[in-house]
Amino acid sequence: MIKVKDLRRSFGSVVAVDGISFEVEKGQVLGLLGPNGAGKSTAMRMITCFIKPDGGTASVCGHDILQDPLGVRRCLGYVPENVPAYNEMTVGGFLNFICDVRGIKGKNRKKALDRVVPMCSIESVYHQTIETLSKGYKRRVGLAQALIHDPEVLILDEPTDGLDPNQKHEVRRLISQMSQDKCIIVSTHILEEVDAVCSRTIIIARGKILVDSTPKALKEKHHAGLDEVFRKITKTKGN
Amino acid sequence: MNSFKAVFKRELKSYFTTPLAYVFLVIFLFFAGYLTFKQGFFEMRQADLRPFFQNLPLLFVFMVPSTAMRLWAEERKSGTIELLCTLPVTITQAVLGKFLAAWLFLTIALALTFPLVITVCYLGNPDIGLIITGYIGSVLMAGGFLAIGCFFSALSKNQVIAFVLSVVACAILVFAGMPTTLDYLSTFLPRGLVNAVESMSFQTHFDSIQRGVLELRDLSYFVLLIVGWITACGIILDERKAG
Repeated sequence: MIKVKDLRRSFGSVVAVDGISFEVEKGQVLGLLGPNGAGKSTAMRMITCFIKPDGGTASVCGHDILQDPLGVRRCLGYVPENVPAYNEMTVGGFLNFICDVRGIKGKNRKKALDRVVPMCSIESVYHQTIETLSKGYKRRVGLAQALIHDPEVLILDEPTDGLDPNQKHEVRRLISQMSQDKCIIVSTHILEEVDAVCSRTIIIARGKILVDSTPKALKEKHHAGLDEVFRKITKTKGN
Repeated sequence: MNSFKAVFKRELKSYFTTPLAYVFLVIFLFFAGYLTFKQGFFEMRQADLRPFFQNLPLLFVFMVPSTAMRLWAEERKSGTIELLCTLPVTITQAVLGKFLAAWLFLTIALALTFPLVITVCYLGNPDIGLIITGYIGSVLMAGGFLAIGCFFSALSKNQVIAFVLSVVACAILVFAGMPTTLDYLSTFLPRGLVNAVESMSFQTHFDSIQRGVLELRDLSYFVLLIVGWITACGIILDERKAG
């Protein structure tokens, strides 16, 4: 459902993403793993059509990111890093705005809200303004926003960053729950997360793909925990 | 269309969910009234709104950039632009939605000066046509200033910088047409250039609309100004949204 072909992007003289290619199918949860500044967010921003690639292309559900960016945006849900949201709005107002933009109206809107609000457990803060929410709630509002149109493709940039262990567990449970009928990309530098939710993992550093495998195969191959494998791969292969 | 309407609605609402709208309206209406009566409204012994319209450009130089500065700068600073630009919204829809919402807000502010109209109607028999063209000119001028403000707001992430730059740009466009500036320029510039400066200024076109003459060249000046700055705003945003 997601096909990435030789995607590149640089900022000035810094090459952020240097020709990455991969494919993700329905039912897969792909963990994009890498040290900070490896190019994970940049890659995600290109797939979600926020920034344009310098070279290469990608397609999501058959829509090309260069030819049909609106089609791409319609069929994916995206939670950017740090989960930006309009702080002065209430949770309800914010979700209704997303419905407006996505053209979800009338009965469908009610259905969508009834599905997504309990799913992300944000009933209790529905009428609160977003700036008054704790980090955990903000993140769940961000997730609700991405799930409201029941997208086939979900892209989450560090979805558990800054959450407490209970909240992390909660978000991971949500991701696993949805994984069967969706195609999900999760970026992270937390290794236990990959173990917990991902069916496949790609390790990138300095904009290049170093490993494309499954967490299980990686551990077996190197006879070590993911932590050690990660250090080994990103430190030796990158140089 | 859906997404345009959604952006428009959200933006307009956001003025009123924060204290911004109320602070703006109170200060704008206070100065609109104060400047009008201070500058010889009664001494003129004439029932018209000229003193009000004459002071508007000066008031707008400060007030319009203060509404425009947050439009994109805030969105870029808080990162919500990444959310907005990954929703099924084109840049054009987003830029127009926000611009028109802010323009409608300024039009509401202008409409709230209606007590002045009632006052002159009570005091005498004003030329209603003149008042109507005066308001049309003011709305167009607000749109022009706003388009400039939009552009600078897209240019800088910092709201203060956006504000200062657009105040300067608007002030240049207003003062370029003042008689004192033109007199000074004509001492060393050839006539053609002075005329060019004059016809680029807000003041010149606003004055002639205010006198009750709706000419195509004045209207097209404002339309071109708005379209030009808004297009530039869209291009800048497309380039810089991620930075």
